[in-house]
This record gives sequence, C-alpha cells and structure tokens, in this order.
Amino acid sequence: MSTYHLTHLAQLEHEAIFILREVFAQFERPALLFSGGKDSIVMVRLAQKAFAPSRLPFPLVHVDTGHNFPETIRFRDQMVEAVGARLIVRYVEDSIRAGRAQEEKGLNPSRNGLQTVTLLDAIEEFKFDACLGGARRDEEKARAKERFFSHRDEFGQWDPKNQRPELWNLFNGRKHPGEHFRVFPLSNWTEMDVWQYIAQERLEIPSIYFAHRRSVVNRSGVLLADTPFISLLPGERFEEKQVRFRTVGDATCTGAVESSASNLDEIIQEVASARVTERGARADDKRSETAMEDRKKAGYF
Amino acid sequence: MSTDTRYLSMDLLRFTTAGSVDDGKSTLIGRLLYDSKAIFDDQLEAIERATEQRGEDHLNLSLLTDGLRAEREQGITIDVAYRYFATPRRKFIIADTPGHIQYTRNMVTGASTANLAIVLVDARKGIVEQTCRHSFIAALLRIQHLVLAVNKMDLVDWSEDRFNEIVAEYKQFASRLEIPDIRFIPLSALHGDNVVDRSTHMPWYHGGSLLYTLETVYIGSDLNHVDARFPVQTVIRPNSDEHHDFRAFAGRIAGGVFKPGDDVVALPSGIGSRIKSIHGPAGELSEAFAPMSVAMTLEDNIDLSRGDMVVKANNPPQATQDIEAMLCWFSEKKLQPGGKYLLRHTTRESKCVLKAVRYKVDINTLHRKAGDLEIGMNDIGRVHLRVAHPLLCDSYQRNRATGSFILVDEFTHATLGAGMIIGTPMSELPGPGTVEMGGL
Repeated sequence: MSTYHLTHLAQLEHEAIFILREVFAQFERPALLFSGGKDSIVMVRLAQKAFAPSRLPFPLVHVDTGHNFPETIRFRDQMVEAVGARLIVRYVEDSIRAGRAQEEKGLNPSRNGLQTVTLLDAIEEFKFDACLGGARRDEEKARAKERFFSHRDEFGQWDPKNQRPELWNLFNGRKHPGEHFRVFPLSNWTEMDVWQYIAQERLEIPSIYFAHRRSVVNRSGVLLADTPFISLLPGERFEEKQVRFRTVGDATCTGAVESSASNLDEIIQEVASARVTERGARADDKRSETAMEDRKKAGYF
Repeated sequence: MSTDTRYLSMDLLRFTTAGSVDDGKSTLIGRLLYDSKAIFDDQLEAIERATEQRGEDHLNLSLLTDGLRAEREQGITIDVAYRYFATPRRKFIIADTPGHIQYTRNMVTGASTANLAIVLVDARKGIVEQTCRHSFIAALLRIQHLVLAVNKMDLVDWSEDRFNEIVAEYKQFASRLEIPDIRFIPLSALHGDNVVDRSTHMPWYHGGSLLYTLETVYIGSDLNHVDARFPVQTVIRPNSDEHHDFRAFAGRIAGGVFKPGDDVVALPSGIGSRIKSIHGPAGELSEAFAPMSVAMTLEDNIDLSRGDMVVKANNPPQATQDIEAMLCWFSEKKLQPGGKYLLRHTTRESKCVLKAVRYKVDINTLHRKAGDLEIGMNDIGRVHLRVAHPLLCDSYQRNRATGSFILVDEFTHATLGAGMIIGTPMSELPGPGTVEMGGL
C-alpha cells in the first residue's frame, strides 16, 4: 500500500488541477486573473498541466492599476508570449477617466481598491462566468473562510455569512444569469507550498522577488519603494537598502522586506524562519481589522 | 541542500477539530500553530490589539480563526475555518468546525475531507452530549482515526484515575461506532502538556504527545486502492495539427489503480476498450491511483464524456436509480416528502425525488427518533431517493468518493444537504434500535 503515496505538494497539485478542470467543465466563459505575481504564475503552470497538450482554454486577465513595478509588466508580457496565452488588460486609469472610479484623496492615493470597479466592468464586458484567482486561505483571516467555488451575486458581491458548504470533491457551480464565481484552486496552499512548487517546477519569476538594492522609505514599518507614485511626507527620506518583495501588488501599498535571499533555496529558508506574514508588509490590509473582508464583499479579488 | 529539499518527502494530513464551547479548542489550535511557528508576530500583535480593545484579559486566540466581522462582533464562529501548519514530517490542514447554529453543516463539511478527528473533552466534565454528537458525525463520515483529547488535566490534578474513568466511559459509548483507530491523550492546552512535548506532570501516560500522534498516524491505507473508478470530468481535444487525433479523458481517480494496457469498460454504455496511455502532471505514468488527477487515452474511439465512468471490466460499481442513504440536512427549508432536487454525484448531476424518510437519528444519543420523520436543519436521517438516471456508485463505506453526493435546490441553487450511500432499497430495515453508520 505504501507505494500509493503522494507528497503534500503532489496532493495539492492534483487537487488544483481537478479544480481547474472542474471550472472548464462547469462554466462557459472562464478567465484566469493574472497579476504577474508568484501565485498567478503557479496558476498558469497548473492550468497548462490541466489541459495539456491543448493550449490554455481561457484568457488571462490583468487589471492594471498603472502603479506597477516595471519588472512585473515586462515579465508578464514575456510569460504570456512563452505560454501562447491570450492576455486581456483593463486599466484602472480608464475607469477613472470614464468617471466610473474616483482617485483616492490624499498624498499617495492607492488604486488598490479601485481595481474592483475595473475588474467588475471587465467581467461584465466579456461576460465571464468564472474568474480563477490565486488567492490562498493562509494569506488573510477573511480568506480563511473562502470557498474553492465562491459565489458572487449580480453586483459581484461576496456574502460570507451565506456560503455554500463544500463537501468531498463536489463543487456546486450553479448560478443565475448575471451572477458569477470566483474560483481559488490554491485555497489549501501556503506561502511555503507556493515557493516549494516554484522551486520544484523551476518556474521563472519576476526579479523583484529576489534580494536587490533599492531606494525605499520606511512608512509606519512598511518599506515602500521609490516610484513616481510615492511622495515623501515631512521628515521622511528615501534610503537604499537590500530588499526583496514577498508579494507583488500595487506599488503604492506593497512593502518590501529587508532580505539577502538571492535564489529560491534562500527564499525557502527565509520563509521557513519568517516571523511576519506575507501580507504583513501590505499597507492595504492594515487599514482596518476587516479591511480584506470589506473589499472582498464589494467584489475585490 | 538536505534541509532545503526535505519538503519533497513530506505528506499531508487533514484533520478536523470539534469540541464544546469552553473546552479549550481555540487554545489548543493556537498552541499547535504557535509552537509550529505558523502564527506570525503581526498576527499575534493584531490579536493582542483586538483582545485589548474588547477589554478581555486572556489573549483570545479564537480571533485568529474568526476572521469575519460578524464573527468578531458576536464572538461566535459562523463557518468552518481552515488553518495550516507544517512540521518537517507533515503538512497539516485543520478544518476548525464551530458547534454553533449550523453545527451539522459545519462538522459534516469539515469531516468530509478529513483523515483524522480530534474530539476535545474537558477532564472535569467528562463525556457530554456534544462529545457523542461529534464522534457520531466522525464515524458517519468514515473518519478512520479519532483522537479523544482529554483537556484541562491540570484542573483535575493530573489524575490518572480521572483519565481512565473518561477513557472507559468513552470506549463503552464508542463500541457502537465503527471507528477503527481511537486514541486517548491526556493534555493541558493552556500549559502545553502533551500538546507538542511530553508532559512531565503525567509520568503515568506512556503514549505520544498530540503533535507526535498527528505526525506519525499511518493514513496510507485510508483510500480505496482496490476498486478502480475513474469518473470522467472533461474531454481534452487539442484541435491542433500537431495533436490532431489526440483525445484524452480527464478526471480524478476516485478509487483503485489504473495502468496502460488495462482492459476497461466505459459506463453507462458498457463498451470495452484498453488504456493506451495515462498522463499526469509530470508526464506519462506507468500507473495511476486515487486521488490523482490524470488524463487517459484509450485504444478505441468510444463515446465517453463528463458524468460517465471508466472502470475495470471485472469490478463494476452499482448502477441504480434507487438509493438508500444517510442524509445530513443543512437548509432551513425542511426536506419535502416527494420533493425534487438536483443530485450531484462524482461528475454527474441528475434530478432526484425523495421517496421516503426511513427514520431520523437523534445525533446526541445515536437512537432513532420514534414517530418523527421530519428532516429539518441540522437533522440526519436515512432516506430513499429515486434518481432520474442510474447512479454509478459504491457504498460510502467502501468508497468515500463514489459513495457521496450533495443535494442542490433547483431554483435557488443552494446546497441543501449531503448524503452517504448505503445501498439499494431493501425489503427490511435493521432492528428498530439500530442506527447504521453509513454502510452495511
């Protein structure tokens, strides 16, 4: 019997592939939300495996805040070409120009929350009925309650108190017209699992995940990169540090961590001994105790 | 390199935790997570801040899992929360199931994917109604391993006699359940005794700590590797010049072992063929087993699509339109006699109708409720369902994947209940005192 054994990483991989195929089978117009971050890179690899030797049976969708790290965008375009996928980009900037979203007030307005408007517009424009995302339950406490198949009403809203129970391998993707699902094949993965999988599969990732020297400002414990989207407050100054990013998001709210990890093995060791969560450096989660739940209810990723 | 690549041989254990309100479940989970470094400093600080804002004295570790606003406001857990931690030997997924309003839904959901259940009791109170309820659901869902964690041993002076009393009482109750592996661990979650490290207060206990037990319990034979079952999820057809004739059937193996060259039968058509190749995530495979996700090609071009099943010729599942099942009901809307529902089983969906409720279980005592056949929220009962198309199924006892189903509301699309197949209708039911454990 012991020969029929799968490692934890293999079990997670088989589970994620099952979910991806279930989405293809249960929905008519799925899409894969792709940010160029490590989780969405893993998602693309799993999708390739799920449908090989076919090409990806759904497009990649990127909601671009305009506040990107240029390395991520370069990487995104290279990867899309290598995979032969279809990429759809929708811009928060366009939503603002069209008057559908309003730039935040203040010194360093973040467009993180505005992505929801652009995303929901894109879902409506292309009539997507299932959006695959790389979110994981270990990231954040509201996400710990998330389903694999997460129902969204016709306004794109999540109702966390009224979710469908998920038992065994049975996933209920039934919905009314205008409603859609967010589907999270990496639900049971941890940050460590993602890094181990990237190492096992030898996946390419954007350079900003590895330690590099960069000019940053320390704002309430979050190291924000020197980009055109950040202006200094009185008393603040940029300083050069050796850093890397644990998550890749909007440059106005994604903090770097001081690190010397320059390859995957070193990152895995660093993650193993980390004492702060991956999203601990995300200013967007620090806005309130339930910041993530509130954004998710409104239709955020 | 050795420290970096240890993860390549780690396996995975899924377990569920259940307990009554004040038996220290959150403290226990908090300690497992903290001692295995799965709680981080910023999470701890956030909990400290929140505890302080609430004016509570002790660090409230339940705030770690109760992430939703409504949960934090009301101080209750609404939904199953999943938590993750790992040791060098194993990765663990905890399904933390609250015992409040929707207790059957939560416990059944958590138990449906678990290898092991931890049932907590307070050493001062011993076996209570909820202990029985949790154990019954673990047994009904066919969890093979159960740990009865006797907590708060510090409050009974680490008494061996008290522990033995509880063990004896539980064994008597559990003889009616069909759980093959039950272990008993005396511990104090608050002080950490026997949670991660062996306790120095209880030299009379010679077993392992809870974490050691979780790390070493053998789960390799829990899955069915005998009856080959492959429910087809979808068909992969590249439609490219390079792979012009490629047609593979994708799915997750629900039981048994398949190899290229195996003679197989496609159901329900009954047409035979032979496996040409099996493709896994890392390429072609010489054998594939549950719960792998694979794509299979066959020697013959036969009609096969989602909802169908590939099996070995000499070992078919049952194909029946009438099933007897234990049904757990989650909805506030009661189960309707003659009611029509959508039944989801493996990759197939069919309409079904409720023909009869045989009996209802009192899940606190394991007795049948005499003269009460109304199945409402949190109830569990044995039912007879008639399905529009034959289900290709096994008893849940034999195979969790091909023996389970959910019922979905045709109009609201809500998931209303979950069922475990016992078999086909029999002329006679077992004696009036007996409650079946899900398979006969």
